[in-house]
Amino acid sequence: MSATDYGWLILAFPVVGMLVVSLGWRVLPGRTAGWIASLAIGLSFLASVGALVDLQDHPHDERSLVDSAWTYVATAGVDVDMAILIDPLSVFMCLVVSGVSFLIHVYSVAYMGGDRGYARYFAYLNYFVFSMLLLVLAANFILLIVGWAFVGAASYLLISFWYRRQTAVYAGIKAFVMNVIGDVGLVIAAFLLLDETGTLSYAGVFESAGEAFGRNDGTLVAACLLILVGAFAKSAQLPLHTWLPDAMEGPTPVSALIHAATMVTAGVYLIARTFPLFELAPTAADVSAIIATATLLFAATVALVVTDLKRIIAYSTISQIGYMILGVSVAAYGAGLFHLMTHAFFKALLFMGAGSVIGAMAGIQDVDRMGGFRRAMPFTFVTFTIGALALAAFPLTAGFFSKDEVLAFALNRGGGFVVLALVGYLAAALTGFYAFRMVFRVFWGDPVPEARELEGGHVAHGAPMNPMTGEAEDTDVGFPGPEHTVAERSWPMKAAMGPLALLALVGGIVGVPALTDTLETFLEPTFEDSRYIADHPSEGAEWAGLGAGGLIALCAIAVAYLLYVRRPGTTLRLADRFAAVHRFLVHKWYFDELYDAVFVRPMATAGSFGRRVVETEFVQGFIVGGATGIVRAGTSLARTIQTGFLRGYALMLLLGIAALSLYFLISSA
Amino acid sequence: MWFEQVMFFAAAIGALGGALGVVLMRNPFYSVLSLVIHLVALAVLFLLLTAAFLAAAQVVVYAGAVMVLYIFVVAYIGGQDEALRPDDSLVSSFGPLFAVAIGIELCIALIGSGLGALDSRGPDVGPGFGSPEAIGALLLQRFLVPFEAASYLLLVAAVGAVVLARRRRGIPPEDEPGPPAAETLEVRV
Amino acid sequence: MDVIWFLVLSAFIFCIGATGVIVRRDPLVVLLCLELMLNAGNLALIAFARMHGNQAGQVFALVVMVIAACEVVIGLGIIVAMYRNRLRIDVDEMSELRG
Repeated sequence: MSATDYGWLILAFPVVGMLVVSLGWRVLPGRTAGWIASLAIGLSFLASVGALVDLQDHPHDERSLVDSAWTYVATAGVDVDMAILIDPLSVFMCLVVSGVSFLIHVYSVAYMGGDRGYARYFAYLNYFVFSMLLLVLAANFILLIVGWAFVGAASYLLISFWYRRQTAVYAGIKAFVMNVIGDVGLVIAAFLLLDETGTLSYAGVFESAGEAFGRNDGTLVAACLLILVGAFAKSAQLPLHTWLPDAMEGPTPVSALIHAATMVTAGVYLIARTFPLFELAPTAADVSAIIATATLLFAATVALVVTDLKRIIAYSTISQIGYMILGVSVAAYGAGLFHLMTHAFFKALLFMGAGSVIGAMAGIQDVDRMGGFRRAMPFTFVTFTIGALALAAFPLTAGFFSKDEVLAFALNRGGGFVVLALVGYLAAALTGFYAFRMVFRVFWGDPVPEARELEGGHVAHGAPMNPMTGEAEDTDVGFPGPEHTVAERSWPMKAAMGPLALLALVGGIVGVPALTDTLETFLEPTFEDSRYIADHPSEGAEWAGLGAGGLIALCAIAVAYLLYVRRPGTTLRLADRFAAVHRFLVHKWYFDELYDAVFVRPMATAGSFGRRVVETEFVQGFIVGGATGIVRAGTSLARTIQTGFLRGYALMLLLGIAALSLYFLISSA
Repeated sequence: MWFEQVMFFAAAIGALGGALGVVLMRNPFYSVLSLVIHLVALAVLFLLLTAAFLAAAQVVVYAGAVMVLYIFVVAYIGGQDEALRPDDSLVSSFGPLFAVAIGIELCIALIGSGLGALDSRGPDVGPGFGSPEAIGALLLQRFLVPFEAASYLLLVAAVGAVVLARRRRGIPPEDEPGPPAAETLEVRV
Repeated sequence: MDVIWFLVLSAFIFCIGATGVIVRRDPLVVLLCLELMLNAGNLALIAFARMHGNQAGQVFALVVMVIAACEVVIGLGIIVAMYRNRLRIDVDEMSELRG
């Protein structure tokens, strides 16, 4: 079995899983649908491992294998086939995606237990994994765009999974619309590239990019900027980020999978994959780095004040992806992708822990109403804290090695990038602070009633309601099920969270500078054409950067401990004193309001104008009504002839004959 | 020759007179009789045109059978005089106008026609022209299909007439206008 | 007599018949006028048959007579049915087939 065969298997297993679950949903008893779906992804992961092993058997220069299943178009101008590309980058992504997806599937088997849409959930989830793998394995822009669009669709389906909840539906629409904006950018970019280089496959485009475009060529910069539009929409960076916090309306495992570990990292993958283009258009790469930095700071500030547990984690995702994009924009590809991997581990872990806590709170997600779960939920507490440590880049955790490596590379590039790196360190401080804000708020302090109930031995139960608006619901199809699961009582959830916690702790081992550059060496074949491949910070610089990062993390955690444990209430007083700032941050820098005023309202007005005037009055009234009115008037005119009056008809006959004869007489004269 | 012309004019006057009588007479019974006169005059005209068989058919079938049927029906219906409602509709005013217009157009067409043969008496025809033998031969040889079709049509008409005019079961004899119930001879179909 | 005389006479009879169809209101008389028009047509047919020396015209006229007879039968049947159903025997009264 060659690597490309494994590649097709990687794609095939989720499809089969999806078909089996979606077609057999009536007959699959209990949780079978979940296990089948998890098995499918597990097999996909094994196939990825197989591909990895086989790829490493190839010599160093031949680690880019393309296999085409079917030629879609083969003309003089365009050559498109359904082809997959197996190279270190795609195998890396497949491993991360399928591995984390597998664990999240296992988690979901328990988490979505009582939900009426159980099978539908797993069908959607498998579809999503298939789309993501397709996106990552594509060998040309066409399949990339197909996977890109599928992933957007899967995201929509899963965000509005509880479709009877109005807020979830709106959130799904918002996510989809913003994703489409990105899709448009990506498609136009692909077209521009096709126009200049005459091909759409990665190999073809990257090779001819050097000749077709000069350095910082206008078209190339435009194409790269459009690629960025696509990447930013998918990865929720400024200004197309507003959909991700709202996407927390979906079930927590969905947030873990799609909006932390995999889909939102598609933008990072895209920029990494198209690195030759970005290196030829440094302007675009710089724009990307600046926007990424702005995003990571913005998101970190907002995460300081929001009170919904899942939204804190969502903003932290936006922020961390900012780091990843900063990494791949300053040509620190290995570092950026390393952070992608570690982030997948600890972010998924954080979301899983949050799911457990929310289950204990009977669906309530407000951090202000949580507290003191340390004793009641020891396993969740430990895993969540491990996740938070990794997020804060506590020394020797996985996050420590990856995030600080990105910043070290940025510093090393010099020039303006130093400013970006400094902003990154500032945001890292904020990150450490809010990560432990979560930990201390949820697990420290006096146990809230739900925690006491759990200590007593049973999970709290509340009336089903929308956690954001508080309106009452029921637990039928389209709403969450009545059961709330907690990790302590559910072995699938523990089986999923355990390995992730372990990886979050020791995952950094693949990227310890100068000792084990495993990941970077592994990815080298993909990136060896980069002009910055040798631009490595020195060992000393790297350790210095790591040291600085670790110190910042420790300080931030200490400050958080001070404010939340030692002197509770300080943050409230601070919020009162800086009320305007607090309000600004709570409203997420008023982005939603801005977009509402600039885009939504004018469109709504235009739409209602269109409906009122153009559609109703003009088209319905004038054109349709006019046409039918003319016909009606004409026919009622014609109807006057039909009097039923026999002699009248006879007269008409005579008249007709007289006229006809007259005509013939005259024409023959 | 002069005999022919005199006969023609006599028959023509008879035909026209009969036609006018049909149209102008108030009593429908008189109209029927007027038509009979018209038909007989037309038979004479047919004879003048050496269509002997048709002249005979006209008198026997048309005037003899069809008109007798007509008289039966007129007698049955009673033929109320036309004093129902004053007829001041447009139709009655313009109808004659258009009919006259057609008449004038036809005359112009005929008289101004370029057909030279119209101004002659037609070719010399043999003695059998228009005789029953000749017509019969034609009917059974050249025009067999129209002949059969016409007879089929007659069948259809006969059936139709029976269906139209039969007495429906269920109508009590008292509702039927006609002779008093005691003397009714009911013929149920 | 020249054929044209017969044809002109036929035209006159036709027009008189047409006038009668339009002017009269008793359906019996309307049918009679219809007969007038048919007879006018017959006369024209036989005149042309004489003009061409072709007896086909006379056969045609015979068939027309047959058709006229059938039509009279059905028409009278309808009038009798009208009478039986106590409808007024007036052509103007029967105007239910209006649009």
